[in-house]
Amino acid sequence: MTMTKVLVGNVADIDIRGSRKVQMGELQIALFRLSSGEVRAVENKCPHKGGLLSEGMVCGSNIHCPLHDWRIDLASGEVQSPDTGHVKTYEVEVESGSGSIYLTL
Amino acid sequence: MSAARKQLVLVGNGMAGVRTIEHLLKLAPEAYDITIIGAEPHPNYNRIMLSSVLAGGASMEEIIINPYEWYSSNGITLHTGHTVTSIDTENRKVYTGQGVEASYDELILATGSNPFMLPLPGADKEGVIAFRDINDCHMMQEASRTYKKALVIGGGLLGLEAARGLLHLGMEVSVVHLHDYIMERQLDETAAIMLRKELEAQGMKFLLKKQSQAILGKKRVKGLLFADGETAEADLIVMAVGIKPNVELARQSGITVNRGIVVDDDMKTNIPGIYAVGECAEHRGIAYGLVAPLYEQGAVLAKRLAGVATDGYAGSVTSTKLKVSGVDVFSAGQFTEQPGTRALRVQDEVDGTYKKLVIEGDRLVGAVLFGDTGDGAELFSIMKKGESIKGREKELLLGIPGGVPAKGSRLAAMADDEIICGCNGVSKGTIAEAIQKDGCTSVGQIKACTKASASCGGCKPLVEEMLQLYAGDNAVAVKEGICGCTSLSRDEIVAEMKRMELKTVKEVMHVLDWSNPEGCAKCRPSLNYYLGMLWPEDYIDEKESRFTNERYHANIQKDGTYSVVPRIYGGVTSPAELIKIAEIAAKYDVPMVKFTGGQRLDLLGVKKEDLPKMWEELDMPSGHAYGKTLRTVKTCVGSTFCRFGTQDSIGMGIRLEQTFERLNTPAKVKLAVSGCPRNCAEATIKDFGVVAIDGGWELHVGGNGGVHVRATDLLCVVKTDDEVLEWASAFLQYYREHAAWNERTSQWVERVGLDSIKAALESREERLALQERIQKTLSLTTDPWKQIVNEPELRKNFEPIPQPETV
Repeated sequence: MTMTKVLVGNVADIDIRGSRKVQMGELQIALFRLSSGEVRAVENKCPHKGGLLSEGMVCGSNIHCPLHDWRIDLASGEVQSPDTGHVKTYEVEVESGSGSIYLTL
Repeated sequence: MSAARKQLVLVGNGMAGVRTIEHLLKLAPEAYDITIIGAEPHPNYNRIMLSSVLAGGASMEEIIINPYEWYSSNGITLHTGHTVTSIDTENRKVYTGQGVEASYDELILATGSNPFMLPLPGADKEGVIAFRDINDCHMMQEASRTYKKALVIGGGLLGLEAARGLLHLGMEVSVVHLHDYIMERQLDETAAIMLRKELEAQGMKFLLKKQSQAILGKKRVKGLLFADGETAEADLIVMAVGIKPNVELARQSGITVNRGIVVDDDMKTNIPGIYAVGECAEHRGIAYGLVAPLYEQGAVLAKRLAGVATDGYAGSVTSTKLKVSGVDVFSAGQFTEQPGTRALRVQDEVDGTYKKLVIEGDRLVGAVLFGDTGDGAELFSIMKKGESIKGREKELLLGIPGGVPAKGSRLAAMADDEIICGCNGVSKGTIAEAIQKDGCTSVGQIKACTKASASCGGCKPLVEEMLQLYAGDNAVAVKEGICGCTSLSRDEIVAEMKRMELKTVKEVMHVLDWSNPEGCAKCRPSLNYYLGMLWPEDYIDEKESRFTNERYHANIQKDGTYSVVPRIYGGVTSPAELIKIAEIAAKYDVPMVKFTGGQRLDLLGVKKEDLPKMWEELDMPSGHAYGKTLRTVKTCVGSTFCRFGTQDSIGMGIRLEQTFERLNTPAKVKLAVSGCPRNCAEATIKDFGVVAIDGGWELHVGGNGGVHVRATDLLCVVKTDDEVLEWASAFLQYYREHAAWNERTSQWVERVGLDSIKAALESREERLALQERIQKTLSLTTDPWKQIVNEPELRKNFEPIPQPETV
């Protein structure tokens, strides 16, 4: 499988504990900036009812889905108990200095 | 890899079958390629919770046990909406009516049961239904919108649940029952009468000792004729007389069938490779209809299929522990007196409790508990063990002394796979593991970890005992906090915030030892509210700690679009304003324009990126239709036009709305003003309702027209318009300062009592101080839509990041 590296934006575009979405053809990705400074990227779709995770609340390294409050770990993509499931995650690189965000797709 | 796997097909996507698969996946995840075929067009859901769906307390989503994702992540092929029409037992294949065929090495039949429909003349008329699946629930909800009178045939558990749901939907409900008392299979006469009285007090009616003979009406049902010649009117008849195992497919396929599909102790049918579990199966002459036995069968079959040693299924001794319309009942064993048995009873009509023990020789053989079912599990355990209770009879009747340790030892003796939470199928072992391995130290944590006690809450006392038993001293100190992140209550948190002058969410969590460093979706918004209430001038609202709707100042819809509701003060608009709204709705292709229940317009289905543009063009304030804040002030026409109006209700409504708009409150707040006691604005189901009388205003508080309908209490009567504003300000500020986040005025008034509120607002000095504080807070608010329109830094969050480029 070919890996593509894509420039998707800049850390300054995202509020701390906030989110932005990026559309790439069919795929919509939600970018999150955690209070730790890390940037995370996951497919913008809750495995439960397809809620837009970008609209949810960021708590630590988890996102709470806005529709039914499912909790998903943004690093692993794992849905937290008692619910189960998985969201696709994408590798993120933030260039120090410029703050450019690159995704590996 | 997959070539080595055997093919397993499950027919029936219900609780028993899927439970078996869940077990099997734990024991032998790689052993089978699994296909599940279900007739209902849904993933597996909790049928026990259907009555909650009907009553409006739960949504379809909430009762789903295994969402579609569970099937795909476990590699299960799922066909919903498919009915298996035949089994080729020789070539080991099943066929569905929709054209799918599947080969199997092992086949599980979990086809459940069908409602038993009385073969009455007219039973095919419109408006005659069963109560068995989601579809029936929808039909009942639909009927309740148009029709008034419902009859439920069958006074058993299912019938009473259906009746309760219909009552909640606002229908007049009578339960028709053949026997002379209700629930005779679970209760004795005394308990049944106590239950009936309780249900009658809730508005349910009963027609006992009535045999149904024919259903009346032309196309749609009009009534029911009884064998004694009497009739009852009805627009809806729900048959809830029982269930019969669904054995048709098995019968056609040559599998031995009696009342149910006959299985042995390994859940095997007479045909090699075919098993049956759940309500469709008959084991040693019994077809069970309760959850616990079905789960026990599933556990045995899963072990059998995984090649794990098992003693086989030896049948279940069942007990019934139920919550019927808020009343706890329990029964087990042979609870009616027979020759050769003796009974002990205590009945307390003051507290509404009843307890009966049935003894044969020196053994306990049956019990009925009503009102307080705390001893149920203990008695059931004694019964199952068959131990002698000689000399202890009265002790058992009057309560087990020493309380916790005795109960604890009984729980300790309970088998690990016994179900504690029947709604969510959580076993004792799962809860014990949550406490011992996952370190849960409160009921709240156990609930979050296992979902035990998360539905009806009936098992909460048992979960508490489990905590005592397994967490010991750790649990003693633990009480329930506002969420799983803290053990502190709302009042303790607010007191600490004041005492230590804590002024940010982060600081509160740090100083008060939050267990999750960044909190959760429950405590973050609460703390944000409390801090804003305490320090209106210093605290900077954290939009990241607000729910989606409050963050984006619009209501998120299930498809990710939003809705826009501009403020229309008092429900009064103008032709120019309407034209403007219409033009913008057309320009942005708004899929739906709807009048809200609060006298304004809702533009639904708006794309997030269009929100700021529409707000800008509307140039109207936000209607705050999305937040914990003042929503609408509903008004009737009043003295401006109405011949009955005694005061200017529209003017008063607009004044109140302009005064309190943008106010942050613990939960949403709705107001209404009626111009005369005919009360056309329905002010007596609002948080703060104003009703004009000749020469003054009545002020009503604590009403609610939503989940828990509650009529207001009269706070006081005042003479002037300014006094209305003074009392409204004082009441709302007192509510802001004392209620818990997410607590509506109706719940708060009931919790603290109207008298305490009256006392707090009694002195004018106190009222003016409260009014001053609310004015201070209000003076610091701005319109959120304008703010977002004008600040690029906020506005950017509504746009996706522009199309990226590849490097």
